[in-house]
Amino acid sequence: MNHWIILPILLPAVMAPILVLAARHDLVLARVLSMAAAVLMLVLAAALLVSASVQPPQMYALGDWPAPFGIVLVLDRLSALMLVLAALLSLIVLLYALGGWDGRGRHFHALWQFQLMGINGAFLTGDFFNLFVFFEVLLIASYGLMVHGGGALRVRAGVQYVVVNLVGSSLFLIAVGLIYSVTGTLNMADLAGRVVEVADGDRAILHTGALLLLMVFGIKAALVPVHFWLPGTYGNAAAPVAALFAIMTKVGAYSILRLFPLAFGEGAGLSSGLAVPWLLPAALLTLALGMIGVLAARSLTQLASFAVIGSMGTLMTAVGLFSPQATSAALYYLLHSTLAAAVLFLIAGEVSVRRACGDRLAPGEGFADRGLLAAFFFVAAIALCGMPPLSGFLGKLMILDSARGASNAVWIWAVILVSSLLCIIGFGRAGSTVFWKTDPAAPALAVDVPGSRRRPVLPLVSIGTLLAALVLLTAFAGPLMGWIEQAATQIYQPERYIDAVMGEAGGYE
Amino acid sequence: MEFLLASAVGVMTAAGVYLLLRARTFTVVLGLTLLSYATNVFLFAMGRLAIDRPPVIAADASAYSDPLPQALVLTAIVISFGMTAVAVVMALRSFLESGDDLGAMTPSSGTPAQMVAEVGESSR
Repeated sequence: MNHWIILPILLPAVMAPILVLAARHDLVLARVLSMAAAVLMLVLAAALLVSASVQPPQMYALGDWPAPFGIVLVLDRLSALMLVLAALLSLIVLLYALGGWDGRGRHFHALWQFQLMGINGAFLTGDFFNLFVFFEVLLIASYGLMVHGGGALRVRAGVQYVVVNLVGSSLFLIAVGLIYSVTGTLNMADLAGRVVEVADGDRAILHTGALLLLMVFGIKAALVPVHFWLPGTYGNAAAPVAALFAIMTKVGAYSILRLFPLAFGEGAGLSSGLAVPWLLPAALLTLALGMIGVLAARSLTQLASFAVIGSMGTLMTAVGLFSPQATSAALYYLLHSTLAAAVLFLIAGEVSVRRACGDRLAPGEGFADRGLLAAFFFVAAIALCGMPPLSGFLGKLMILDSARGASNAVWIWAVILVSSLLCIIGFGRAGSTVFWKTDPAAPALAVDVPGSRRRPVLPLVSIGTLLAALVLLTAFAGPLMGWIEQAATQIYQPERYIDAVMGEAGGYE
Repeated sequence: MEFLLASAVGVMTAAGVYLLLRARTFTVVLGLTLLSYATNVFLFAMGRLAIDRPPVIAADASAYSDPLPQALVLTAIVISFGMTAVAVVMALRSFLESGDDLGAMTPSSGTPAQMVAEVGESSR
């Protein structure tokens, strides 16, 4: 048994209490520990990635209880990829937070580690009640991070976020209960074997449970019609928090990719293709609505929030096709859209601390580093809207290509292409208003003591690094896609996952 | 017993959803609580309703009830209790910071210009 698999959960779980207990009053120590943990996590995730690419799916049985009686963690290419993405994002965004955000409230670094613990746990677990528990871990931490920095409006948005997610958690529990009541298992691999055996009279209960789970994951992934919490939450959170939250929507996408091809794929008999009629229309609606939101946005953070909804729509369109080719395109787009959305929130954050009118889409006075930030915004907008030459273009191209054979290809093509145009218009309008137009009559930033114009340089480094990552993603798309295609193949070979968890004998029976 | 349990779950869910849709955070928290009660009872029933069957091994037991849903309910109770506490604290903080417990994002007495200013302020 590979004991390294549990470390992505253990490391933040140990680091967060240390941060609370030992570094409560010492911001410098907290920063050093937090950065060290983030670097360590990236190394660890990279090691697991290597391990996952040379070996078939690996199982880690907690407490050495055999599946399906104990809780298992499973490492395969998909989960390793998500771990690396989360670790990379958290390291780079943490750099941004060191520019001053982490000092504006208490326990920022501890909450950050707990958040990572929940995210990593959700990526690794092979048991869906355990998935619920890790969802709660990441949510509790995100509630704290969401209101980090305080302010009436932010706390109010935080209350809404908490309520929506508590309702989501109740639905999750009901779904788990429904599925357990007819299959008698909570283990995903075991479930995959038992879906076929469910009695005909109970199949409706199983389907209700599975579709409820789809809806819960849809809430996480901000799919229409349960997307409404996202703009308020992301738009009001602190910039680094919103950037980290970019991976949270992907937890929903990951969960759908994990559960549905495994348990409700081609081998599921009467239950196969359960999510197909629901996911694709919802995804296309999400995409359209997100990009219309981009057009209507009144501030850069709102723009970024709706761009996240739009990109989730694109991603889920590819996921909803449920074919290996479309899924590999989806995974590439997932990497791209996480980084691109995060960088956009960071840029919006940097603009808003430099201008008297914040990041509102209105002409203001000239501000520090305007040229640099404008260039950053330009690159991020190109990436996010999917214009050549950056990774968004490649991602969308692959998604369009994989949709060619689908029965509703016309719809997919039309929505993706038209929404890309809307995105370009929205971003063009926003960028030219904020970065080109100046209003000499606009009030200057109130604090005008000497030196206040000099901003910490770390946030800009962080933004630059994220953009460099996007460029690398484009430059090394070829080798990366080779790896990702194997990951997608693995997703659609559930028998290998089931073998890894249940053993060669196929379980205890 | 089935009817009693099913109607209890139904009534609690309905009342919970109704309260959730209210505008004030206090009723919303009550709604969340009712909804989590309903969920817990529902989860409990997923192990089938049975009388006089122990969940753990006993010498004189002829049949057993499923212990897993009971363990799940225990976990769910702990989590939903903690989450409700978080929701109450956040609602209280929101009440203290903004002076009313309306859950809506629009400030109760603000003009559009003030709202825009607040949006700019909060993203700072």
